[in-house]
Amino acid sequence: MPTQVPWLIFLLPFIAFLFISLVLRPFLNKRPRLGGYVTIGAVGISCALSLWVLGAVISAPGHILLIDDIEWAVIGNLNIHIGVLVDALTAVMVVVVTFVSLMVQVYSQGYMKGDPGYLRYYAFMSLFTACMLGLVLANNILFMFIFWEGVGLGSYLLIGFWFHKASAANAAKKAFIVTRLGDFGFLAAILILYAQTGTFDTETLYKLVAAGTLAGTTLTWVAIGIFSGAAGKSAQFPLHVWLPDAMEGPTPVSALIHAATMVAAGVFLVARFYPLFEHSSEALATVAIIGAFTAIFAASMGLVMHDIKRVLAYSTISQLGYMMLGLGVGGVAIGIFHLFTHAFFKALLFLGSGSVNHGTGTFDMRLMGGLRKAMPWTYITFLIGSLSLAGIWPLAGFWSKDEILVAAFGNNPVLFGLAMVTVFMTAFYMFRAVFLTFHGEYRGGAQPEHAGHSDSHSQGPHESPGVMLIPLVILAVLAVCAGWINVTGFFSQLMGHGEAEGAGFLTGFFGVLAHPLPLISLIVAILGIFLAYAMYCARWVSAEKIGSAFKPVYIMLSRKYWLDELYENVIVKTILYNGIFKVMAMFDSSVIDGTVNGAARGTAAAGAALRKLQTGQTQLYAISIAIGAVAIAVCVYLFS
Amino acid sequence: MFSVGLDQYLILSALLFCIGLFGVLTQRNVIKIIMCLEIMLNAVNISLIAFSRYVTPVTLTGQIFAIFVMVVAAAEVAVGIAIIFAIYRERESVDIENFDILKW
Repeated sequence: MPTQVPWLIFLLPFIAFLFISLVLRPFLNKRPRLGGYVTIGAVGISCALSLWVLGAVISAPGHILLIDDIEWAVIGNLNIHIGVLVDALTAVMVVVVTFVSLMVQVYSQGYMKGDPGYLRYYAFMSLFTACMLGLVLANNILFMFIFWEGVGLGSYLLIGFWFHKASAANAAKKAFIVTRLGDFGFLAAILILYAQTGTFDTETLYKLVAAGTLAGTTLTWVAIGIFSGAAGKSAQFPLHVWLPDAMEGPTPVSALIHAATMVAAGVFLVARFYPLFEHSSEALATVAIIGAFTAIFAASMGLVMHDIKRVLAYSTISQLGYMMLGLGVGGVAIGIFHLFTHAFFKALLFLGSGSVNHGTGTFDMRLMGGLRKAMPWTYITFLIGSLSLAGIWPLAGFWSKDEILVAAFGNNPVLFGLAMVTVFMTAFYMFRAVFLTFHGEYRGGAQPEHAGHSDSHSQGPHESPGVMLIPLVILAVLAVCAGWINVTGFFSQLMGHGEAEGAGFLTGFFGVLAHPLPLISLIVAILGIFLAYAMYCARWVSAEKIGSAFKPVYIMLSRKYWLDELYENVIVKTILYNGIFKVMAMFDSSVIDGTVNGAARGTAAAGAALRKLQTGQTQLYAISIAIGAVAIAVCVYLFS
Repeated sequence: MFSVGLDQYLILSALLFCIGLFGVLTQRNVIKIIMCLEIMLNAVNISLIAFSRYVTPVTLTGQIFAIFVMVVAAAEVAVGIAIIFAIYRERESVDIENFDILKW
């Protein structure tokens, strides 16, 4: 494989972005569909190249292929390199990113059709994908940080794509600022690393950690700093608040953010610096605990949401918690395997919800119902995605989730318990969404004021065009099969650079059910689905009655534990705005301005006092001169 | 015996300078002040010429300098008297204490 291939994977989407923004948008604005073709072409080639790279990595010894390095800038002693690192982790990530991005962009052709910002949309999509690929491929932490922020920028632009809506603009700002809070930790970690080791290079850092040069408290703090960046991007508690609001962007953007790019960046970052975490048990424990807590915490909020995209958003946060838990208790293979399978079924679910929105004009599940007849393809693919997410054998989600559960069981029973409860919740809220959306009677679709995506839904719900269904079908196939690549432990071996890494419970396609834990989790998931069926489809139990019986809990969940209010009213308004910022404003107006004004006033006062010396009496001046001259003469006489 | 050398010239020059300075500092009449100023200038001229004669007898630098001082002094007196006239027309006085417009 030529060394240019990994570079091209990153450069093609980036060139597509430049081409659309510099050529198509200024000169060919009348033919917006060209932008879609350019982007899809670029990402398609990238995807093909990624598969080539993956193939080469699989056959390479140790599953590490190349580290291509170019000197980029020299500032004094600081020598900054730019380069690509291609190992198993990178290869899997580029395949996931380019593939999901390709599916999303094909789908967007239908979803975004006729939008006045069509070209802008594709330009941003290319930029977003390019930054994510750059992050995945970069071989040093400095360039990772640059692309990391690029991903943040891309998400800001895309979440706020319909910036004329105030809610979208606010959501974009929220996403950017909340993730920046986490990035602060990441930046601090980079600075500590550089101060301690003098290098940005990933491989060198691995070696330093393995040699024990970088260890102890410093290493723990570095790892926790990196994790704080990851927690911001991957929406871990307490920085998860931006993700549900990010639903304000176009639905394909949500699919891309949730499946392959933005949130995967955090998990990828922890995986990339896993050797650092490995040597610090405190850091690993932090990752595992935050992950497990986020999983159950977000899942509980997903139980009561009415907006289908919000259910999926909380599901994503919860699944990201699983991935972090997997990284914390198991290793790279377990966490990334879940990221890998999750990318397919979550992209599928989001694109499915977009298709539902396309057909009905709303995201509110209370206004849907009975769509399985009107939208059979969407229904089947959405159902497959839900089953996969719920972890039903033998779909993709089952394999990755159960590996995490087994690893958690071996590590800490409390974490395992949290994860198991989350399995139940996941199955319940996903099938609540399925039953509310696709079963029962149609409940009217969009009210006029709800109509966000103004399409022809006057004739009732209708199936989406083929260009939207094809990606759904492809993703549905993958949501079924993607988990099978680890049935033989192949994926674990790939991630472990030749040595099997992972929980090691996999004993074949059917044999896995002989192991007690997967069987238990499967039963728990089926119970969750059954409860959802009982409440929302068969209606043996009234959901409203349960809601009113547990009213305080229901209110707490639907108000998202008041965290938004806590952040906004208490932290931002009271502590920051009325507290710290007020003090700073006072410091600015009294101390800083006071110094400047005081200097001016002091000078004026000194002038007022001194000018009294100028009496206008010439002889007074003359005598001063004479006395001065005499004084100089005396001094010269005395001291020479 | 009483011989005249450089010292005597310098003493004379210093005496004249001090007389002039005393006059400049104590007199109220502006005309007198200008006259005292001339005495000071001439005191300097004496020392210049004395140095020229006793220290560098070949070159005439000191003499030339003294002539310059006289020329400048003449010009200065002309301008000075003109200013005094102008102020006198304004204030009907040549007392230096009344010449205090240029203060704070």
